[in-house]
Amino acid sequence: MKDVVIIGGGIIGCSIAYELSHYEGSVVLVEKNSDIADEVSMANSAIVHAGYDPEDGTLKAKLNVRGAQLMKQWCAELEEEYQTCGAFVAACGEGEELLLHRLYERALRRNVKVQLLDKEAAIKLEPNLSDQVTMVMNVPDTAVITPWNFALSALETAVVNGCQVYLNSPVTAIQKLSKGYAVQAGKQRIEARYVINAAGLYSDQIDQMATGIKHFTIQARKGEYFVLAKDARNFISRVIYPVPGPKGKGVLAVPTVHGNILIGPNRNDTDREDHATDAEGLAMVRSQITHTMKNVPMQETIRTFSGLRPAGNHGDFYIREEVESAGFINVGCIDSPGIASAPAIGEYVRQLIEKKHPLKRKTHYKKCKPLVRMADLSMTDKQSMIKQDPRYGHIVCRCEKISEGEIIAAIQRPIPAKTIKAIKKRIRPGMGRCQGGFCEPLVTDILSKTMNVDMCDICYDQPETKMFVGHTKEEQL
Amino acid sequence: MKQLELVIVGGGSAGMAAALSAFEQGIKDLIILEKDDELGGILQQCVHNGFGLQTFHEELSGPAYAQRYIDQIRTKEIPFETQATVIQITPDKKITYVSPKNGYQEIQAKAIILAGGCYERSAGGIQLPGTRPKGIYTAGTAQRYLNIDNVMVGRKVFILGSGDIGLIMARRMTLEGAEVVGVAELMPYSNGLMRNIVQCLEDFDIPLYLSHTVVRVEGFPNLERVIIAEVDAFRQPIDGTEKVFEADTLLLSVGLLPENSLAKQLGLAVDTKSKGIIVNEKLESDIPGIFACGNGLHVHDLVDFVSSEGNLAGRNAAAYIHGMKESAAFIKCTAGQGIGYMLPQCIHPDRIQEPLTFSLRVTKPYKQVKLRILKDGQVFKELPKRYLLPAEMVRIILKPEDLQDVRQELKVEVCES
Repeated sequence: MKDVVIIGGGIIGCSIAYELSHYEGSVVLVEKNSDIADEVSMANSAIVHAGYDPEDGTLKAKLNVRGAQLMKQWCAELEEEYQTCGAFVAACGEGEELLLHRLYERALRRNVKVQLLDKEAAIKLEPNLSDQVTMVMNVPDTAVITPWNFALSALETAVVNGCQVYLNSPVTAIQKLSKGYAVQAGKQRIEARYVINAAGLYSDQIDQMATGIKHFTIQARKGEYFVLAKDARNFISRVIYPVPGPKGKGVLAVPTVHGNILIGPNRNDTDREDHATDAEGLAMVRSQITHTMKNVPMQETIRTFSGLRPAGNHGDFYIREEVESAGFINVGCIDSPGIASAPAIGEYVRQLIEKKHPLKRKTHYKKCKPLVRMADLSMTDKQSMIKQDPRYGHIVCRCEKISEGEIIAAIQRPIPAKTIKAIKKRIRPGMGRCQGGFCEPLVTDILSKTMNVDMCDICYDQPETKMFVGHTKEEQL
Repeated sequence: MKQLELVIVGGGSAGMAAALSAFEQGIKDLIILEKDDELGGILQQCVHNGFGLQTFHEELSGPAYAQRYIDQIRTKEIPFETQATVIQITPDKKITYVSPKNGYQEIQAKAIILAGGCYERSAGGIQLPGTRPKGIYTAGTAQRYLNIDNVMVGRKVFILGSGDIGLIMARRMTLEGAEVVGVAELMPYSNGLMRNIVQCLEDFDIPLYLSHTVVRVEGFPNLERVIIAEVDAFRQPIDGTEKVFEADTLLLSVGLLPENSLAKQLGLAVDTKSKGIIVNEKLESDIPGIFACGNGLHVHDLVDFVSSEGNLAGRNAAAYIHGMKESAAFIKCTAGQGIGYMLPQCIHPDRIQEPLTFSLRVTKPYKQVKLRILKDGQVFKELPKRYLLPAEMVRIILKPEDLQDVRQELKVEVCES
């Protein structure tokens, strides 16, 4: 019997796994998709919100503030990108200024560093603020990360320290045992003292499967985004929020870690299998951004996407061990500020377990060597990498300047990248202006050769997404 | 740091032609930097014929056309390095590139020719609405899979856009046993060459839906359906005109764009119409000694014209290295009414000693019109044209003496009356 099984390999499940991996005990994480961080964690605004936004007294407020502090620390430990770009909350007119003052006071109460700026001072720092903007709240500590890479690094480090991971393993049954639970995940039957439900969009279904009760319900809330090319990077230097309203944080402009700009999201309730963008939704994002911004370089769009947020019916995060189902911990309803809160959620869950079972911190904790990113190396280090392995000098993705060596290294990780999308997530070939037009065939070829499988068996993402239907006539002869 | 007279960025049809002509002009101290595994560029995946009618007066396949240039480069022992990607170029002509063989290298060049080719507009670039399933490719990527890697991306194909690569792929996929269920074109006219419409669609009974676009793709994680609709005069979909096609593949042939990221990084001025950099009559950018040619400058229909432009860039780079005549007086060349873009965008009349080719494209199809050339607002010449199509590049050749007396502006426009 294992100590803990975590259901769900999103940023929340991975953060919990990372936290628990610092303590003695056996931890298993199961994920239904072919890669971790493949749903909510893959498509969002990627912001570490500073913590002024959630209502007083909520778990969101508590974990956001704590999580934002921990996130910086965790990113340093994991050698993950963490960019303190700062943020403006931009108010247009007296009504919004009033709301901004309230946010400002809330931020001060929570010790979140903030400052109010008049229009003139704000425009100097962000010249593309719209003419309607009359006042901004400057939040210097707001940061951006790459949520899926953070999740990946956290889980890989957990793996190096003993955590087991099963991909392509959807949970189909959870059975209460006299002590603990038996979880059927794909082909695996895993018995564990604790089950942690971090199943994101499906966490209410897992809850019901385990407890027979719906402690909460999940509403998938869709947001659509535009991704702008790096040529647009000078448009903003920090996150620009409108003043949040009853319908959430509104349409933002976000400078990503890699130098792109995100514009979005809108907000529409939908079903949890809805992966589509639509022309109307995108038009709405395009129109709403002009409330706070002008000269928006929409012509630099290289991609649109939609992401789902698992919003709960209570309005707050739902994290607790169920009284009538001892050992079953729900970690549900993690919508915004889920990313910022993730490390604090890991810590909080660990504390829930610790209340009943004293945990012993490991004396030796292993570091997982981070992915090689040639772009981040000094010239001397680049040269010596290429000397050791010339494939680091072979550029495969011309837009993002990604080498063959980096792709091969990603395939050979503790959690290997085995699909086109997994490679794209980790090291970015296909995320540039040509969107994989040139590099995707090369990545497919490298996957095929490195894993020693036929090109036709390489998948784009899920196991049913084989890249090709077969070889050409000539090849078959 | 290595010193070279000439560095050519890109070893496709433009770069190879440029290297050969510069070499013939006495520039022996040069190198071609090619990011791919071999020279030839995109020609290597164009296994269809139709290349070389102008240059060699015979019909060749893409690889055969490329091979003629590769052979000459090998015979003349013109240096080149493959798998060599240029990372940066500075205005004082320092080039940083990386390759597996040599790692990061810097070269100080006297002259540079940018011949980096073009890239295809992507699904993201056109903000294609719907799910983001597996099964959506640019036509060129599918072509590469089919002709280089020998794999089929799908069995039931819909094509958006009637650019030439899309049309060629409609035929190629059909010949490989796929069913091409239709081609939709946003404009009321095709964007491909007439011969491709006939040989690739009509000969195979593939329907072409003009004034139609894809309004939604459905299916996840794999593509299942493509929904198209007719568009109005403002290119907006008309409700109620939707047609549904079952398809596992959507190919996009919705435009080629000059790859100008190095040029942008260099700070070279970009023409918002051609999407390539602004050049003078020597195909020279606003930094003296940095030249551009081929699809990296503006997108051509025929490789033959790419080669001849490369040839010219090579000769001009050689002349620059040998000491080109300085000229302060330049006049601008303007794309007037009905002209999408025109190259070169500026000329120095006093430096022009041989006939000069202007390349241009019209913004929409025209029948029975005149191309009017104006010098400083005065009509100089009217060229009657039976038809003009955006898909077909127009070349106008003017003699040096035709250009000597222009003071401020040379303009070309479409005259309908």
